[in-house]
Amino acid sequence: MSTANPSGTSPETGPTTGPILTASHLTRHYEIGGGAFKKPAVVRALNGASFTLTPGRTLAVVGESGCGKSTLARVVTMIEPPTEGELSIGGKLIGPEGASRDRDLRSMVQIVFQDPYGSLNPRQTIGATLMEPLKLNRPEVKAEEREARAREMLELVGLRPEHFERYPHMFSGGQRQRVAVARALMLDPKILVLDEPVSALDLSIQSQILNLLVDLQDRLGLAYLFISHDLSVVRHLADDVMVMYLGRPVEQGPKEDVFAHPRHPYTRSLLSATPVADPRRKRNRIKLEGELPSPLAAPPGCPFNPRCWKATAECREAFPPYEGGVHSYACYHPLDADETMEALADAP
Amino acid sequence: MPLLEIRNLSVDFATASGRFRAVDGVDVTVEPGDLMAIVGESGSGKSVSMLALMGLLPWTATVTADKMEFDGQDLRSLSARAKRQIIGRDISMIFQEPMSSLNPCFTVGFQIKESLKLHTSLDRRQRQDRAVELLELVGIPDPAKRLNAFPHQLSGGMSQRAMIAIALACQPKLLIADEPTTALDVTIQAQILELLTGLQQTAGMAMILITHDMGVVAETVRRVSVQYAGQKVEEQPVEDLFDDPHHPYTAALLAALPERATGKHLPTIKGVVPGQFDRPQGCLFSPRCAFADERCRTIVPPRQPQALGQALCHYPLIDGVPQKSQEVTA
Repeated sequence: MSTANPSGTSPETGPTTGPILTASHLTRHYEIGGGAFKKPAVVRALNGASFTLTPGRTLAVVGESGCGKSTLARVVTMIEPPTEGELSIGGKLIGPEGASRDRDLRSMVQIVFQDPYGSLNPRQTIGATLMEPLKLNRPEVKAEEREARAREMLELVGLRPEHFERYPHMFSGGQRQRVAVARALMLDPKILVLDEPVSALDLSIQSQILNLLVDLQDRLGLAYLFISHDLSVVRHLADDVMVMYLGRPVEQGPKEDVFAHPRHPYTRSLLSATPVADPRRKRNRIKLEGELPSPLAAPPGCPFNPRCWKATAECREAFPPYEGGVHSYACYHPLDADETMEALADAP
Repeated sequence: MPLLEIRNLSVDFATASGRFRAVDGVDVTVEPGDLMAIVGESGSGKSVSMLALMGLLPWTATVTADKMEFDGQDLRSLSARAKRQIIGRDISMIFQEPMSSLNPCFTVGFQIKESLKLHTSLDRRQRQDRAVELLELVGIPDPAKRLNAFPHQLSGGMSQRAMIAIALACQPKLLIADEPTTALDVTIQAQILELLTGLQQTAGMAMILITHDMGVVAETVRRVSVQYAGQKVEEQPVEDLFDDPHHPYTAALLAALPERATGKHLPTIKGVVPGQFDRPQGCLFSPRCAFADERCRTIVPPRQPQALGQALCHYPLIDGVPQKSQEVTA
């Protein structure tokens, strides 16, 4: 079947090509509250994230609620400009002054949201939903071609031609998520941000969508930024992993290294807390005390120190520097080889 | 004698487009101190069957059962007043969304003491002491102060702990936990599951955990009942279920887990759960089943013996191979 890439750019695949997106010390702060006599409080939703996205590869961002995953998605998709730091997409730089109104740049990054029930317009047919990005961003494309491309895309994501005329309420969750993926692909993006794309779906449907994402990446050479809290999904899909806690990346590196030899205590406890579907497996689980602090009142130093069993005085004073090369981590007391072997037995 | 025995429970909803059977002939047996799970995807009727037991369904629902006994009492013949004496005291339930199941207008303390007031003969002072004790039991720091907190002042994990405290207030014999950790982060989920299983053991109560998460099932319970499209398709002890699932649906569900994947592609279950208008004639799973044949599509499958996990299937699997011969025996 023909490719859904009619603009002529050939899909680039393989890790040999350079990064399509480079982010360095990406930071996003929000000011909330405040009044005539009160200084507004600053929420450091995202604090110094550096990473690259490469065509054909998947970077997974994992962490619990409030860790800045979704803020990261908003900054990468240029919905919001970074407060500090630099974001470079396809060689173009986006600084704190915000994203330009450059349509080409914006159409390079597309997003798929978590909830396929909320992210589709209930009053538009699937066809209209798919054609809308072209209408807005490629006004030069003629109506017949728009429709042809939309129909082609429908087939690519595994839907049938008769679905073109239907409305979102006539579809199941999995089919809606296919529509959402199709819509994101209409402008031939190079980067797809997937914000918890399967967490609202049932297990049997989840595997269908994960397979679709794998196929599309192979075929179109897309770079994925995959945001998830489900470590077993991340382990299956990702090439690289970034673990975040309260706005800061605490550990990042190739999937195999991070899962097999976690160096940051938080990564270790996250692996340990994830239930494993094997009733015979005896695990010695790390019990984390306490809850996630509010991002409004992040503790000084390493944000994880109030819950960490290895924390010392220096952890409470300053955020640790990033150490290590490809597999980097920010911790004064990284786990040693023995402890990471225990983690291996615990990992999902 | 089992603590709870339900035979052939069915729930029908009257909808604008006709009757819809959400639960279809489900049996549930719970011994005192039992720890079991009901797993299934959305629409499998796992919550509805338990809500039917609690009498929490709307008037559009028709509940029928051949037997519905709790602790020797027939729940079907009890008056509403007599039923209220049991529900909330001997059977209690916690729900998925801790934030929306607590009343935002009243303090946590008021809501705990409310159930004590209804179901026990404790006086005001004793209720206060018991409420503090309960919050301490569920691991809320500074319990005396937290009694005066409103739900919005608590985090998700803390609200769920408060819900558990309310559920445990009258020392129930059976606790039904409906997806208690789905809305929570994994590290908090681990805490809550540990709390629930710990309390279940120390208090000696029975617990039914309703969930869709196979990981949670594997790590928490002893016995699992799998539901599909309103029917119980299999029931086994947890180790046996994960080792050797006998119903093709259970087998396919376990194979679809990303952590069991061997390659880049996951095994999938084609199609979707049947809805109101496309319920198949024979086995409800037959349109999606890899092993289905003409018999599956036309004849309602029999219930297999205990040794085959009570699988609702013509050709139950043994080691992943369907037993196509007629004389299927253990």
